[in-house]
Amino acid sequence: MLYSIGKDSSVMLRLAQKAFHPGRIPFPLLHVDTSFKFREMIEFRDRTACEIGATLIVHRNERALEEGANPFRLGTQKCCGLLKTRSLLDALAEGGFDAAFGGARRDEEKSRAKERVYSFRDAAGQWDPKNQRPELWNLFNSRIDKGESIRVFPLSNWTELDVWHYIHLENIPVVPLYFAKLREMIVRGDSLISTEHDPLLLPGEEPQLVMCRMRSLGCTPCTGAVRSDADTVPKIIAELVGMRRSERENRIIDHDQEGSMELKKREGYF
Amino acid sequence: MMLADAPTPVRDIDAFLEQDQQKGLLRFTTAGSVDDGKSTLIGRLLFDSRGVYEDQVAAVRNSTLNRSTGPIDFSLLTDGLRAEREQGITIDVAYRYFATPKRKFIIADTPGHEQYTRNMATGASTAGLAIVLIDARNGALPQSRRHAFIATLLGIPRLIVAVNKMDLVEFRQDVFERIHEEFSGHLKRLGAGEAYFIPISALEGDNVIRRSPRTPWYEGQSLLDRLESVPLEDGHTEQPLRFPVQYVIRPGASFRGYAGQVVSGIIRPGDAIMALPSGRTSRVKSIVAWEGELPEAFAPMPATICLEDELDVSRGDMLVHPARAPHASRRVEASVVWMSDQPLLLDRPYLIKHTTQQLTATITTLRHRVDVDTLATEAADRLGLNEVGSVEIETTRPLFFDSYTSNRATGSFILIDPATNATVAAGMIQEPHRESGAGRAARDAVLDLEFQASRLTPAERFARAGHYPATVWLTARQDLAYLLERRLFQRGCLVHVIAEEVESRILPEIAGLLNAAGLVAVFSGSAMDAAERERARTRVGAARFFAFDPQDLATSDEQAAEQICAALESSGVLPRLGFIDAEGI
Repeated sequence: MLYSIGKDSSVMLRLAQKAFHPGRIPFPLLHVDTSFKFREMIEFRDRTACEIGATLIVHRNERALEEGANPFRLGTQKCCGLLKTRSLLDALAEGGFDAAFGGARRDEEKSRAKERVYSFRDAAGQWDPKNQRPELWNLFNSRIDKGESIRVFPLSNWTELDVWHYIHLENIPVVPLYFAKLREMIVRGDSLISTEHDPLLLPGEEPQLVMCRMRSLGCTPCTGAVRSDADTVPKIIAELVGMRRSERENRIIDHDQEGSMELKKREGYF
Repeated sequence: MMLADAPTPVRDIDAFLEQDQQKGLLRFTTAGSVDDGKSTLIGRLLFDSRGVYEDQVAAVRNSTLNRSTGPIDFSLLTDGLRAEREQGITIDVAYRYFATPKRKFIIADTPGHEQYTRNMATGASTAGLAIVLIDARNGALPQSRRHAFIATLLGIPRLIVAVNKMDLVEFRQDVFERIHEEFSGHLKRLGAGEAYFIPISALEGDNVIRRSPRTPWYEGQSLLDRLESVPLEDGHTEQPLRFPVQYVIRPGASFRGYAGQVVSGIIRPGDAIMALPSGRTSRVKSIVAWEGELPEAFAPMPATICLEDELDVSRGDMLVHPARAPHASRRVEASVVWMSDQPLLLDRPYLIKHTTQQLTATITTLRHRVDVDTLATEAADRLGLNEVGSVEIETTRPLFFDSYTSNRATGSFILIDPATNATVAAGMIQEPHRESGAGRAARDAVLDLEFQASRLTPAERFARAGHYPATVWLTARQDLAYLLERRLFQRGCLVHVIAEEVESRILPEIAGLLNAAGLVAVFSGSAMDAAERERARTRVGAARFFAFDPQDLATSDEQAAEQICAALESSGVLPRLGFIDAEGI
């Protein structure tokens, strides 16, 4: 299971725990670490894996990191390609995994709206949106040849609100970054950028304390926060119900060019 | 432009969450021809119900491809992929989500061009309602008719027929009425479910969210009101229990649970349960969940079932209530939608995926092809991409199924080409009443063999056998059936067992035949359903028919055999044991 530490992964993990209860989850968790994740995410990840007794595999593209890959130098597209997509494909190949669960939802982004629940990937890990298997009822075709793989998205039909609602009902722990508190941030136009991992400051920029929270979690340089005082799950839900902006809006990588998520997915990104 | 009211600030979040939890979910499909405004309609539903966000709207406003003359091209909110943005058509099924204070909705949006049938069927397979779009200027084009046909074939119980672009025909009632009348006739021929006709303009918003003042002659609901008020089909708790096993949970020697989804019916601890295909029976010991043990599990809940006895159950097996077993057969008749460039080929191996089991299957007969536009059936020797036909399929092991019209979960299947791993067809199983030529011949042969022509009388047979003929109908319990045969034989009875996989629909005829010959016939198929049992009872006569449900009998085969013998004695079929001994038979 691709475990990204975010709220969707937390829900997916709980669903797996429930499905196999009272047995343990019979597959390992895989985290693709770019080394630019928030410290609180990593702490949460290690604590969670330990508490539920799951096997955790952490994979980094060490070579790219040694060569100094970072979003400031390479730009976000290239950085994502190396530290996330390449790293993920390598990790799946190393583990010999022919199927991987992911927490992606169709309501997140337009090209994901056409994603299958069982998404076939060729031997290079790539997605062909024009050649997808039709999916009828709950009858999923999991047949693959050697080297090919399936990505499985159990939360396909969940919305962001469904996810928070479930977290509330089930009392599922999530990374504290989702809850509002005063954080040191760089204010750049409408964006709030974390000071963790020392991003480059533009002339005249000073970190300030801002009451804010993360709506989705990624790498610190590329994940903006939103101004908010929602410090509990019910308050987050209340905020979402009134919200008119999508959750990936603060994800710089989705907006670097038109159709950019689709390009990443074709290459093998989740 | 009519916009929904701004959301009221959420003051009482607990009340909101409580309300949200009670909301029903309606899944519906849309389909239409290229220019009939389907994407615009969806864009408007999403936008006006706040199912899209401001930044997504802004991205569309900024898009170089914004083709509309108005401020926003709503269709760009839904056309997801680059290729289709470039071509201006949607190329696949896209799923969209929105909610109103009354309901949650999932839209399966399917394109309106040559891949239409395949994608439409995909979207329709899980839908409870279909919106069929008709361009008011053109009337119902073949694609609208095709959409209604596929929706009906895939068992969608309700249709909304949205007559769109009413603004381009000056909102004229006669235009709407003419389309209404013509298309109603088509729906009737199809045997479609309930249909609601609504005159709309997706572009300008008339009758989409609210009733429009520009159609004062229309007295029905707006499209959204209709979506919020049509009955939801969920639960299926009245139906027989069907629990296809997905996975066996065995964390240690002390626990064995069968995990899966209750696809129909209700299961409770203490219920008598039969496992298929073994036909072995037991009782539900407990229903285990993360939260603790449950008093019941009902469709569509996932559940983990523990049984009192250790049966050999694995993935692909099905747990059912013995008195309401599904059909069991290696041969099914089905409608199929062909979804592959490679045409249907007879007598070559496909994989069939049905519930949680996957078997090798061959299509033995292509009965006919259905012209999706005219609905005419025609003889055919092949079925190509996007064509619909009726076939006979033979599997290597029995399928346990219901007809698709009575149970979507156990009546549906997909076919996979083992060479390419592609999903090549979707199938809907028909109620097995119309028999195949071979099946009918076999059954007729049995009927012809009735011993009416015999010159022996029942009295003569009784005098020879020392007992009357009878039919003992056991659900499962194969071991018991053979033990009973042995015990009866030892008592001097003429007896015969039918305990193997036999086409269940000919069992009543076999019972009649064996009884006519004066024998005690013992049946123990793994999946003899209630209908066959009642036919058999009528066939041999109630006085000669003895059916035992598992809960009626002792779990020990020895004790159960004695119980059955006692029942046969007390009804007078068998003489009492002492009497036989005294006569020295």
